[in-house]
Amino acid sequence: MNMASDPNPAPPGEAARPAEHYDVVVIGGGNAALCAANNARRAGRSVVVFEAAPKFYRGGNTRHTRNMRVAHDEPNEVLTGPYHEDEFWDDLLRVTGGQTDEELARYTIAQSKELWDFHTNQGVRFQPSLGGTLSLGRTNAFFLGGGRSMLNALYRTAEDLGVEIFYDAPVVALAIEDGAFLSATVRIGEREFVVRGGALVAAAGGFESNLEWLREYWGPPADNFLIRGTRHNRGSILRMLLDAGVQPIGDPTQCHAVAIDARSPKFDGGIVTRLDCVVFGIVVNRDAERFYDEGEDFWPKRYAIWGRLVAGQPDQIAYILIDQKSITSFMPSVYPPLKADTLAGLAQQLNLDPQKLERTVSEFNAAVRSGNFDSTVLDDCRTEGLTPPKSHWARRIDTPPFYAYPVRPGITFTYLGTRVNREARIIMEGGKPSANMFAAGEIMAGNVLGKGYLAGIGMTIGGVFGRIAGREAAANVRN
Amino acid sequence: MYATDTQQEADRIMTICNACRYCEGLCAVFPAMEMRRAFTPGDLNYFANLCHACGACYYDCQFSPPHEFSVDVPQTLAKLRGETYQAYAWPRAFAGVFARNGLAISLIAALSVAVFILGFVAANDPSVVFATQTGAGAFYRLMPHNWMVAIFGAAFIYAIVALVMGFRNFWRDIGEPSHPLDDGGSIWQAVKDAASLRYLDGGGMGCMNDSPRPKDGRRHAHHATFYGFMLCFASTCIATLYHYFLGREAPYPWYDLPVVLGTLGGIGLVVGPIGLYIAKRRRDPAMVDHTKTGMDVAFIAMLFLTGLTGLLLLLLRATPAMGILLAVHLGVVFSLFVTMPYGKFVHGIYRFAALVRYAKERRAHEAPPKAAAPAGARPVANPG
Repeated sequence: MNMASDPNPAPPGEAARPAEHYDVVVIGGGNAALCAANNARRAGRSVVVFEAAPKFYRGGNTRHTRNMRVAHDEPNEVLTGPYHEDEFWDDLLRVTGGQTDEELARYTIAQSKELWDFHTNQGVRFQPSLGGTLSLGRTNAFFLGGGRSMLNALYRTAEDLGVEIFYDAPVVALAIEDGAFLSATVRIGEREFVVRGGALVAAAGGFESNLEWLREYWGPPADNFLIRGTRHNRGSILRMLLDAGVQPIGDPTQCHAVAIDARSPKFDGGIVTRLDCVVFGIVVNRDAERFYDEGEDFWPKRYAIWGRLVAGQPDQIAYILIDQKSITSFMPSVYPPLKADTLAGLAQQLNLDPQKLERTVSEFNAAVRSGNFDSTVLDDCRTEGLTPPKSHWARRIDTPPFYAYPVRPGITFTYLGTRVNREARIIMEGGKPSANMFAAGEIMAGNVLGKGYLAGIGMTIGGVFGRIAGREAAANVRN
Repeated sequence: MYATDTQQEADRIMTICNACRYCEGLCAVFPAMEMRRAFTPGDLNYFANLCHACGACYYDCQFSPPHEFSVDVPQTLAKLRGETYQAYAWPRAFAGVFARNGLAISLIAALSVAVFILGFVAANDPSVVFATQTGAGAFYRLMPHNWMVAIFGAAFIYAIVALVMGFRNFWRDIGEPSHPLDDGGSIWQAVKDAASLRYLDGGGMGCMNDSPRPKDGRRHAHHATFYGFMLCFASTCIATLYHYFLGREAPYPWYDLPVVLGTLGGIGLVVGPIGLYIAKRRRDPAMVDHTKTGMDVAFIAMLFLTGLTGLLLLLLRATPAMGILLAVHLGVVFSLFVTMPYGKFVHGIYRFAALVRYAKERRAHEAPPKAAAPAGARPVANPG
């Protein structure tokens, strides 16, 4: 074990213990937390990181990421072309439908230009966009080896700088007085320690893994949700901050949800559980009925609505149906499709009413107007006189074997967070900025991303505000 | 579909990897995997031998143990590699040598050394074996040159034949046509990739042997070992040319080419294997095929002993110890040759073949113009 994670070697049988005081206390262990910790440490402050997860699971949802969206005026060895700030802003405005703080958003975008160097200086390596993601090769910097590799680099840097890191160390209470941070109570092993700090950086993610909390907004259907990322984002720090009078931001009822394979683990299934074949077939619910236009737009522009669509169906389950023509047209996924030579046989495997499924498919097939199938454009293969329609890429489902993938809502992140200003400083109810509390990452992403999603922007917000929070925390140590 | 549990596990893991692809920048295995949607047993054996065991993907993987997907690419492919060595061995009857390889190689080496010592003592007067011999032809007073050529020539030719047959078995198993060596571009690419250990580098970040902190020690040690071996081989070849074409008999003075190459090579064969052994001892047990430790160590030890006995022979060739040292060195080299097809040495053959195949696939894959990303190709999903 290195010095960084074991500052005070404890007697045998006793877990390592934190010091009584640090200049900067960072809660969380992902991209934002480590950028803050490393930056504060570089400013000469003593820094501790309390990561609730065990060492293997350190880093929250950063583990599951793969790239970071960065503005840049020139291409480089990895990014294939310029991505100017205005274009980034237009993209953000479009996906959020205006639910963004323009000043903060534009500031984030401007600052994103420095992330390439900032992360490179922490040992992070980039590579050209992954196969099949050519559309992101210009806008997004891909981490060599993915998000966990990037995290490992940040942690190596933290260890080398002398940041003290504790794993399996959930913070169970915060002492906050008049909007100023005093101390955190951290549980390590069986013991609890009160650690005083001169400044706080809250970078502990959202609450998407807290099913009870999700149930407050979604009711019983929340029990059928799958969580794509870490099980540790239970929102406990967010809750403590809001209870201490921090001003919230973002719609608490909203979360980013995609349709993922229903056979995925409850937590942490990550990227491999996604399915990209909706546009090639039809999607039916438990009653063997279609419920939405599968070919409304390109999949990258539509995948994020399907979680919500499936959440609205009975039992929160749906089935993507394709036939032999399409089985190799999309990225392979982790679970094999269910397969049968007849639709009735497939229906039996799915526990659907065979007659009903056959009727749904034959109605769909009858409505298909043949055109020139081309998955790279909004083609003219569509249905006529069918509700709901399939506007593009509609081909008859008539070539056995037939395949099905069951899907459920997969929750990526939540939007509720803490309001901050451009110093990453937490704003209290009434609008007063906190003296020494800062937030970075998913816990404050709602300031910039109030709705929707833009690939790689989570890492952008985490990197930009983590860096700023570290700098500002180091400059605002209060006690 | 699969013959062994290891192949079954490799298929399970590669299916997960193919749905993720975050590691595609690390080495050749993942791009090769991406060219397929499903994997034949030959495909998996090909991936196993293409893997250089750099370890980066284990630490970079969000699904490695203790995650429930339990994706451990280095260990699984190491196990599968071990199985392929056994499966491709020629003749089949000797495949069992791989099962208890450490023991088998130690016994063969000890026996070989003993036979050479006994042979020397039996064939020569003790006053010759234990006397100081110098000048041209000093070695051949102990063992006639023609005998040396006959014995080592036979051992060498046997090793070559057995290795070629193993190569054929591998090449057929991965489904390559029988005329593999007509693609000069791919072979040259593979030579460059092998010579530079391009894929023992974590995609440029470095090898991860015992932690997510990259270290280049293992790569450097492998370079020392490989180039040490090649220098020693070159030294022997040049000495043979001297003997037959220039009529100059060993031993040669220290500044002569065979000695210079042999000395440098010998140093590489001492330092390199020590580095490899240290790296092996430190390696994260999670990535290791524990059934093959004996094989790995036996090969490292044989190379180390080859280098060490060669250097000692050079240093002490003008002393009475020369006779015994020559016998020991020849015994070690002989056993190295005859066990080459039945030990870790084969990794170089199969990996090189896999690199040729990869270069070939890659060229074929990149030949057609790149199509635009299809609508369904890949979502821009990105948690957090």
